[in-house]
Amino acid sequence: MSAVLDHHAGHDHAHEHPRGWRRWVFATNHKDIGTMYLLFSFTMLMVGGVLALGIRAELFQPGLQYVNPEMFNQLTTMHGLIMVFGAIMPAFVGFANWMVPLQIGASDMAFARMNNFSFWLLVPAAIILVGSFFMPGGAPATGWTMYAPLSLQMGPSMDAAIFALHILGASSIMGAINIIVTILNMRAPGMTLMKMPIFCWTWLITAYLLIAVMPVLAGAITMTLTDRHFGTAFFNPAGGGDPVLFQHIFWFFGHPEVYIMILPAFGIISAIVPAFARKRLFGYASMVYATASIAILSFIVWAHHMYTTGMPVTGQLFFMYATMLIAVPTGVKIFNWIATMWRGSMTFETPMLWAIGFIFVFTMGGFTGLILAMAPITQQLHDTYYVVAHFHYVLVAGSLFALFAGYYYWAPKWTGVMYSELRGKIHFWGSMIFFNITFFPMHFLGLAGMPRRYVDYPMQFADFNAIASVGSLGFGLMQVYFFFWVVLPMMRGQGERAPARPWEGAQGLEWELPSPAPHHTFETPPKLDATATRVVG
Amino acid sequence: MKTTTQLAGRLCSAAFALTPALLLPAWAQVGDLPGGPGVNQLNLTDPASAIAADIEWLHWVMLAICAVIFVAVFGVMFYSILKHRKSVGAKPANFHDSVKVEIAWTIVPFLIVIAMGAMATRTVVAQKDTSNADLTIKITGYQWKWGYDYLMGEGEGISFMSRLDPAHRLAADSGNPPDKNDYLLRVDNPLVVPVGKKVRIITTANDVIHAWAVPAFGVRQDAIPGFVRDNWFRADRTGDFFGQCVELCGREHAFMPIHVRVVTADEYTAWVRARQAEMQAVADDPARTWQLAELIQRGQQVYNANCMACHRADGKGAGPIKPLDGSQIVLGDVGPNLAILLQGAAGGAMPAFRQLSDVELAAVMTYTKNSWGNATGRAVQPAEVTAARR
Repeated sequence: MSAVLDHHAGHDHAHEHPRGWRRWVFATNHKDIGTMYLLFSFTMLMVGGVLALGIRAELFQPGLQYVNPEMFNQLTTMHGLIMVFGAIMPAFVGFANWMVPLQIGASDMAFARMNNFSFWLLVPAAIILVGSFFMPGGAPATGWTMYAPLSLQMGPSMDAAIFALHILGASSIMGAINIIVTILNMRAPGMTLMKMPIFCWTWLITAYLLIAVMPVLAGAITMTLTDRHFGTAFFNPAGGGDPVLFQHIFWFFGHPEVYIMILPAFGIISAIVPAFARKRLFGYASMVYATASIAILSFIVWAHHMYTTGMPVTGQLFFMYATMLIAVPTGVKIFNWIATMWRGSMTFETPMLWAIGFIFVFTMGGFTGLILAMAPITQQLHDTYYVVAHFHYVLVAGSLFALFAGYYYWAPKWTGVMYSELRGKIHFWGSMIFFNITFFPMHFLGLAGMPRRYVDYPMQFADFNAIASVGSLGFGLMQVYFFFWVVLPMMRGQGERAPARPWEGAQGLEWELPSPAPHHTFETPPKLDATATRVVG
Repeated sequence: MKTTTQLAGRLCSAAFALTPALLLPAWAQVGDLPGGPGVNQLNLTDPASAIAADIEWLHWVMLAICAVIFVAVFGVMFYSILKHRKSVGAKPANFHDSVKVEIAWTIVPFLIVIAMGAMATRTVVAQKDTSNADLTIKITGYQWKWGYDYLMGEGEGISFMSRLDPAHRLAADSGNPPDKNDYLLRVDNPLVVPVGKKVRIITTANDVIHAWAVPAFGVRQDAIPGFVRDNWFRADRTGDFFGQCVELCGREHAFMPIHVRVVTADEYTAWVRARQAEMQAVADDPARTWQLAELIQRGQQVYNANCMACHRADGKGAGPIKPLDGSQIVLGDVGPNLAILLQGAAGGAMPAFRQLSDVELAAVMTYTKNSWGNATGRAVQPAEVTAARR
């Protein structure tokens, strides 16, 4: 056992371990960098959340009460950009940083300094992105999808957003390289790929997706930049360009992007359900293949975001069939989780509540996705609130809930203290209830024809909008509650001491370490048992 | 004798029936708009075309299949949550894979998905078949209104713009619009089509991507600048049907509605004749000399329909929108003023209005030069605009 523990506990000065601000600015430790990613992403969640509350405040009643239409379009655009690129993606990277080295028995990420750079790039990018509100003309108002030629009409903030996205993309690409090299090269001896925790598999696959598609986004936004300023006409029809080309390039990035945002979530759920069912994950190999299938399929479905652009019938049919196909491996994963629960011995601590909540609500999002995949039905629902409902179900009740699940599951390892079960449950139930109050009515609004990105709407849509707005306030307050009443106390060390393995059924090398995990862990590769879940010798 | 239960039951029913009226705020007591959204509508709009009916049916089938899967899957999950919990003494089993089961729950969903795709294929093909249309109409999206041009079939040559009623736009700004069941859906010139005829729509745009949609017909098509796309609909009953722009197109995206009036064949013929007569009437002769007063009067109509939403009724603009009252450009020569109207400004934030006629442009310039605090006394003649356009 002692081979695992930090030899250098109490001998930090031997490494000239930086203290104070240098520890963070010059961090090369995966735990410190992971913590910074998580704090950054939570801050962005709050910023994006405030923008959402601005949107919902304006939509509470028909008529324009608080913002003018340009400002409203800025709010919707920035809410999307900040949540996708500032909140969800960095949060999953934070989890990867903290957990991947621990789970594979590595001392740190392969490229520790590049890891530092990946994180610190986010800060100026976020400042530029959020700062674009204060530029002449305000923030970009094109929607997060930045379609041309509307993007060509935007003021200088569009260029600032493009710059910020380039930086964010570079950060993601470097992070992805780091993860791939770490996972492929630094697993402890005896941990074959097929014995690796599923969370590492989902991140390995996600990292390949990132490397494949972030450059495509970079291409699309660079072409937008040159159309705006350097006389090109890729997308500008006045110069012979094609606006739909932008959509193809953007969505070739955009569809794998949404899988980038959900695959690590699947990995977190696949860690938590077995732990609290006290039973091994059902169908490990199948889960790996299903994740890989989803990733590969994600490259051939992009034009389901473009069903109304005027594709020939063959195109429409191909993308419809391919999109519906993705439901199959996704369904396999859901069945495997339930089979893990089946005839287990479950307890329902907060991480398990979030995981079960995820399975329930994400599946609902999956159903609406299947309905949207049907091209004829999309002819009624494209660009309506039905789409808004769908993607919030899979991204909020999907990705965000999984992030919360992972937080409650692993934070005792990070901080050394347990959270309060009562507060965790309040956070869960409050979020679950308010989330559904906010987004369920949006299905009805979409079916009835209320379009997206609308600052004002016909009176018949008023009630459901009012309900959604009230729900959004509750949901937002729940996350503030989470930070002040759950996260902050844990960061301050307030709470019951957490043992090395707080969850009876949890498996994995991270649970072999003390809580909190020492600053340096697995400095020599651990010797593992046959299942690669226990350290021996 | 009424039992307590029966009484309670009646009270509950009454409360349930009254609750909407009692609990809903005033602005929710507006009524359904036939052919448009219904109050608290839960499902797709009532179909007024065979395609929309197909889509409605497809949607019900998908909902039913999803509901069955939902009940099955979560029935199993919640059963497991209840029975397989540690607190009731359940002990964990040992199994953790089964190739047979994995194959089964891959193949069965795969077959279900194929069946769904097969069901939808017929409708996709039908939606794309724009051949043999009775009437062809070009629909152009502008920032922020629609232009309709009847290209082929009865009514060929008719052309007009369709804009949101300016009173509705002002009502939105007021922050407290009155209850109207066509709020944000009323236009000045609806698209008129005959019932039961196949109407092929060709969509394009003048500036950015817009999208034309009418839920009752189940039709939705992007309007892309520089490109033409087509789609079609056949209204199977007369009436008024409404839609809205469904692709973010800038500031007034929410304020460019669509109104299609479906009429009988005879009514359509009468409408076509009246419209053609109007166009032939030389009411708008750009060659003659117009009086200041008639230019200002005409100009005010043009201003209200095209300029007021941004530059405001008092001409003062707001924020980045320049005021016209006291503007050097308005008070100065016609040349620069007209250039802005023809080409737009601020990178398209001020759209171009070259689609307005010479009379309309001359009139609106005259109006702005002689309204609010501006008192130039200058009458801009349509002939000046004609000359400048060359």
